[in-house]
Amino acid sequence: MPEVKLTINHEVGLHARPASMFVQIAAKFSSDIEVTHGETTANAKSILAVLTLGAHQGAELLVRAEGADAEDALKALEELVADNFGEI
Amino acid sequence: MKSISGIPASYGIAIGPAFVFDRAEIVIEPHKIEDPAAEWQRFEKAREDTLSQLDEAYRVTMEDLGKEEAEIFNAQKLMLSDPELINTAKSRVENDLINIESALYETAESFARQLEAIEDEYLSARALDIRDVSSRCLRNLLGLNESPTANLTTPSIIVAKDLTPSDTVLLNKDFVLGFCTAEGGSTSHTAILARGLGIPAVVGTGTGLKEIKSGDNLVIDGDGGDVIINPDKKLVKEFSARQSRLSELQAEAEAVSHQPAITTDGHQVEVVANIGNVDGIQTAKDAGAEGVGLLRSEFLYLERQNLPSEEEQYKKYKTIADAFGELPVILRSLDVGGDKDIPYIDMPSEANPFLGVRAIRLCLTRPELFKPQLRAALRAGYGNNLKLMFPMVATVSDVESIREVLEECKEELRAEGQNVAEKMDIGIMIEIPSAAVLADQLAEVVDFFSIGTNDLSQYTMAADRTNAHVATLASGFQPAVFRLIKIVIDSAHAKGKWVGLCGEMAGELLAIPILLGLGLDEFSMNPPAIPYAKRLISSISYEHAKHVAEIAIQLRSDQEIRDYIKKEVPEVNPG
Repeated sequence: MPEVKLTINHEVGLHARPASMFVQIAAKFSSDIEVTHGETTANAKSILAVLTLGAHQGAELLVRAEGADAEDALKALEELVADNFGEI
Repeated sequence: MKSISGIPASYGIAIGPAFVFDRAEIVIEPHKIEDPAAEWQRFEKAREDTLSQLDEAYRVTMEDLGKEEAEIFNAQKLMLSDPELINTAKSRVENDLINIESALYETAESFARQLEAIEDEYLSARALDIRDVSSRCLRNLLGLNESPTANLTTPSIIVAKDLTPSDTVLLNKDFVLGFCTAEGGSTSHTAILARGLGIPAVVGTGTGLKEIKSGDNLVIDGDGGDVIINPDKKLVKEFSARQSRLSELQAEAEAVSHQPAITTDGHQVEVVANIGNVDGIQTAKDAGAEGVGLLRSEFLYLERQNLPSEEEQYKKYKTIADAFGELPVILRSLDVGGDKDIPYIDMPSEANPFLGVRAIRLCLTRPELFKPQLRAALRAGYGNNLKLMFPMVATVSDVESIREVLEECKEELRAEGQNVAEKMDIGIMIEIPSAAVLADQLAEVVDFFSIGTNDLSQYTMAADRTNAHVATLASGFQPAVFRLIKIVIDSAHAKGKWVGLCGEMAGELLAIPILLGLGLDEFSMNPPAIPYAKRLISSISYEHAKHVAEIAIQLRSDQEIRDYIKKEVPEVNPG
């Protein structure tokens, strides 16, 4: 399964607006996408599940995708995080 | 007449008839269904209704309060579209033939409990969000969704067990004088929204509210947290007089908030803001701040798991300093230790953390902490009026050590070809008595002072300000503290340097005449206090303030000083 490691640099972590953006981008793809923080794994398309990851600033995440557009999905999420969710 | 006390949640006084909003409780009756497809259709319809109500809540909040407060309703919409939530509920309906109300309730509740189980303030608030949005959807399913103001024909005070954030913003403002609720606290989202909307509110009264009937006359005191049922004429008169004095005072304060603070005899001082993050820029400007007298840098270090990089700090400082252009922005270097702990910075445990390695003492021993912040500030201050100040300086050699590191950073940056604010003003906080006593020597090695009265009082009086038993000792109104402030101001002025004050005292109306009279040049306070401080300063004379200050510092206790100012400067009494 394709996977990518991401570090959250945004000051609020994967919460609030960044969490919403992350989930909304994941939802655009047909692949199943899961995100792991520490020992917890969540459906990347579920805001409730993503919030329970408790990923603060500096958290390292492992994102895996499976499906026809898996590679594109990972690329899109990687860009979102690299771009710090569109903020400085 | 009867009075119930609660928690003051939103300022102001409301007087008018009560409207008891007794929302029908959501009653979930689990039962088997026969047609899961039709059941699911009911959900889809209720979900659509809920989403459009949330759109309306978003729109209203965006208009009245701004994007940050409105975001909560977007988050709630996303929760109601959550695939995990929907699929779990759907499977209960389709496979277990459970009615949708039960399926939705138990699924939402299970997510709320998971979020609560993680001990985190932010996630606990999200647990409330999922409950708020699922209740709204359930009420739509059960045909129970009416706004508290739906049946109102005259402006009233809403009395309810609780109001959700979406209830609060969707209140018809033409018919709401104020509200009181049995549940809730002053930091709940509902309270925050009420403050933003300017609706007087008292929350958390407990069961006492049950005694109120629709049509009862009510007074709500959003400052004191009292709800008075059927007050007598005399009390109504008193409160309406206070109500009009408060609105006069507010109008007067707002009228002068964007003008310079000049006494009636022409002496001008600076009134600036204390802010703690980028969001504070707009709040400070709206309040009439002439710059930032204290930018706390801790916001960059909290709620995270690693140190902020130099680049990240640079961008934040620059955003804030540039936003104020030529107006000053004073950045305080990292002030942790004491009661402020940062988990990923390894700090030794100490018997007396307030007397230990905190603030500048910590930074001077940890170049990996200190240098990125200084480099970021020196770069960010290029082309604007950013200044740097250092907390907890006790001796002249502290300043010498700081200057050495600063020079090192400047040299490095020059060698890298970076733009550097070569002439950045450097100041120190005066919060340790030794610094106040040595102010004449310190004034020779820095560009300005900013007095931190919270710490200066507790160190001068040897009284922990977090210990309720000695709290009055730690008050900044102690004659000893005022005398130290006088020494600091006189010593600085003798060397041609200016003095600011960024403790809570700067915004306290009773303290302002004394500080003004002692010659303070800059008052830095939380933004909401700015209009009131400017109104006071521009309504008294410098000559009178000097006279008052001279006498006040001869008095023998903090209470004597307070009483004297109240009597001698009637302008400090807000009605």
